[in-house]
Amino acid sequence: MSTIAQSPAPLEASAPIVKPMPQIRSWKIPITFGGFALGALFLFVALGRGQQGELSTFRLSQARDAIQLPNVALPTFATGIFVAIVLVLLAVLSAWLVYRRTKISIIFSIVFALLFLIGFLAWAASGSTIPVPGLLIGTVTLSAPLIFGALGGVLSERAGVVNVAIESQLLAGAFSSAVVASVTGNPYLGLIAAMVAGALVSMVLAAFALKYLVDQVIVGVVLNVLVVGLTSFLYSQVLAPSANLNSPDVFPRLDIPLLSEIPIIGPVLFRQTIIVYVMYFAIAIVFFSLFRTKWGLRVRAVGEHPQAADTVGINVNRTRFVAVTLGGVVSGFGGAYFTLGAVGAFNKEMTNGMGYIALAAVIFGQWHPIKATLAALLFGFATNLQNVLGIIGSPVPSEFMLMLPYVVTIFAVAGFVGRSRAPAADGRPYIK
Amino acid sequence: MSEKTAPTHAEKKDGSERWTQALRDITGGSAMISLFAVVLALVVGGILIAFTNDRVQETAGYFFSRPGDLLGAIWGAVAGAYSALFQGSVYNFRATGFLTAIRPLTETLTFATPLIAAGLGVGLAFRVGMFNIGGRGQMLIAAAAAGWVAFAVDLPAGIHLIVAILAGLLGGAIWGGIVGLLKARTGAHEVIVTIMLNFVALYLIQFLLRTPGALQAPGSNNPKTPAMAATAIFPDLFGPRYNLHAGFLTVIAATIFVWWLLSRSNLGFQFRAVGQNPSAARVAGINVKNIYMYAMAISGALVGLAGVNQVLGTLTTGFSSGIDAGIGFDAITVALLGRSRPWGIFAAGILFGAFKAGGFAMQAAEGVPIDIVLVVQALIVLFIAAPPLVRAIFRLPTPGTTKKPRTRVTATPNIEAVAK
Repeated sequence: MSTIAQSPAPLEASAPIVKPMPQIRSWKIPITFGGFALGALFLFVALGRGQQGELSTFRLSQARDAIQLPNVALPTFATGIFVAIVLVLLAVLSAWLVYRRTKISIIFSIVFALLFLIGFLAWAASGSTIPVPGLLIGTVTLSAPLIFGALGGVLSERAGVVNVAIESQLLAGAFSSAVVASVTGNPYLGLIAAMVAGALVSMVLAAFALKYLVDQVIVGVVLNVLVVGLTSFLYSQVLAPSANLNSPDVFPRLDIPLLSEIPIIGPVLFRQTIIVYVMYFAIAIVFFSLFRTKWGLRVRAVGEHPQAADTVGINVNRTRFVAVTLGGVVSGFGGAYFTLGAVGAFNKEMTNGMGYIALAAVIFGQWHPIKATLAALLFGFATNLQNVLGIIGSPVPSEFMLMLPYVVTIFAVAGFVGRSRAPAADGRPYIK
Repeated sequence: MSEKTAPTHAEKKDGSERWTQALRDITGGSAMISLFAVVLALVVGGILIAFTNDRVQETAGYFFSRPGDLLGAIWGAVAGAYSALFQGSVYNFRATGFLTAIRPLTETLTFATPLIAAGLGVGLAFRVGMFNIGGRGQMLIAAAAAGWVAFAVDLPAGIHLIVAILAGLLGGAIWGGIVGLLKARTGAHEVIVTIMLNFVALYLIQFLLRTPGALQAPGSNNPKTPAMAATAIFPDLFGPRYNLHAGFLTVIAATIFVWWLLSRSNLGFQFRAVGQNPSAARVAGINVKNIYMYAMAISGALVGLAGVNQVLGTLTTGFSSGIDAGIGFDAITVALLGRSRPWGIFAAGILFGAFKAGGFAMQAAEGVPIDIVLVVQALIVLFIAAPPLVRAIFRLPTPGTTKKPRTRVTATPNIEAVAK
């Protein structure tokens, strides 16, 4: 059948007949694992610290916790050797699995990564103590703007509009929340202002992308420049001369009763600011609305195959406009973190490229809200790990610690994620 | 069914959906749109300047008693700012003698030099369908490589400069080539990898800058390199009175090279083919993976030229990790304004160089923050990219160019009609 249909292409005519089910062995994962395992051998064993029997202590509880967990002290060198050997075994196992053409599950990769992390922490903390709750609390806090930005990006890109403008949405949110919260004296109004500002920026994105059919990457990049210019200009001209325009109240950390007393998880998840609590709901809402509602199905349809969506009566451009605007609302809210959640005042270019990292989290997370959140958490964790190791005195030059998350991301994108697939119509305007 | 939808997609792809194509078709040669876009952007910038001016706010308080005051204040603020911008970037009327008065123009060209080089790099990547946000990292690595050769290696004059330039180009090419290699071999998305490599380069340079024996100046504790050797510095083009250096010539050469590469060479044809439609290029026998690698390497080298110009021309007294000065990101706007065409980028780079040179003069003379320049630049690109908007604002007649998209629009449903 098919050979007849394809007769105009005689050269390829033989291909469909044979069809040997080409199952390509991808050696990427074993190679990446092998690289990390060798690195672990080198770092933990060859350069092993703590050969005089130092201990690496992990502190699991904070002083104010009701339930106190005992500190865990591991012998640094022995832990390093153990972890390195297990990692090598896992790498060999993964090679064996690939040779047998068995799929390597994501759990396998996660276990590998966690083991490497434990080994690394033990190695770095030789003779000192790592405050595990502090490390994780900071992770969640620092990830908040990234997660909001990534969620906004996912919403927009799932509808088929590339959102490079996350940076500008965050920055606009940060600026307007600081100003409104300072003027009204009410930080909650600041949050609303942040959402409005993010929505306005994304409406410009949507208008130019959908109405004027300008390439979406162009609009995004230009909006980033525009908002940096606008907020910096207004900061120097208006905010800097009069201090009472730029001194918002910062949200305090709120302990949620009972939940915050769960060991480790409690302080990490439930002793945060209101911005982080909203974040939990935002993740759930974005996931639920995209994958469990009629609206979400439409958004995804419009992003994958606008023509088909149009055929069944979905207004493509209106759906996209709404999705992009809502994405801006979410990203803008994240911008409030910078001023109302952390610093307490607006500063020039204070988002400092976070929007671009959020964009990386969107792609890294394969345009999925939960995966993008996890990717954002990874960035937050790495940043905070550097802070924590900086305090206890890291054996590696701090620059390399700072570099680590980005290198890991490159490895991860090259090794595990590979060709992550964007929504099929991402970046293409729909012309009826 | 799927066989039927596939060609519609392909048709859409090489039609209006490709942004370079779309831009070229919609705006095709209409200089009026570009002019009005600049005017519109300057008007918006003027409104911002006027609104935030103290004198304007003061006079607005008694607008109804003496409206002339407000109008005068607005005029004073806006005209003052823009004339300072002009005099800081093109010709200074207050200066005595032509040779002094023309100095701002040479400043403009000095600022334009790295912008053009980096813009060419970003634009080349655009033409191959890739988005190079890694300008910062490529510039830093190139600057470090060129700078290290320039202060640490002893070579005779002339050769020293050439070796330093080549080292910089190589550094940029490697840093960009990694991205192409990863994209080609593993499918890693170039946007992620370039962003990540920006940070990796930044921290790498910061580490080298505080490590004695690497980039740090001997006997110093600052994270800064020693001054470049005199043999490795771009000579001044018009003598020591002007900052313009021979780096500008390298950028002209780079523009000619990119023009030749893209429109006259075999490789450039493959670049454009991959940029228009990678699948079609693959079918035509082009090795798309290799093209990605070559394109990113050349793109990185061009961006690296910007870094080279910074360390060997503009800031020869030693550099720190801020040597890229945001040019890697500015270059994206330059490439967009120049529509990824070599001479377009050249012109756009000079325009943005003028804004930069004039912006500093404006900030010094009128106290208007230089950030307004960013706003104006962004608006120019935005307006030029959306001609229908500019036409609507200025009530321009719609020229025949808009018919093109309309015919294309009917072309797509035709296929559906046949299918029905």
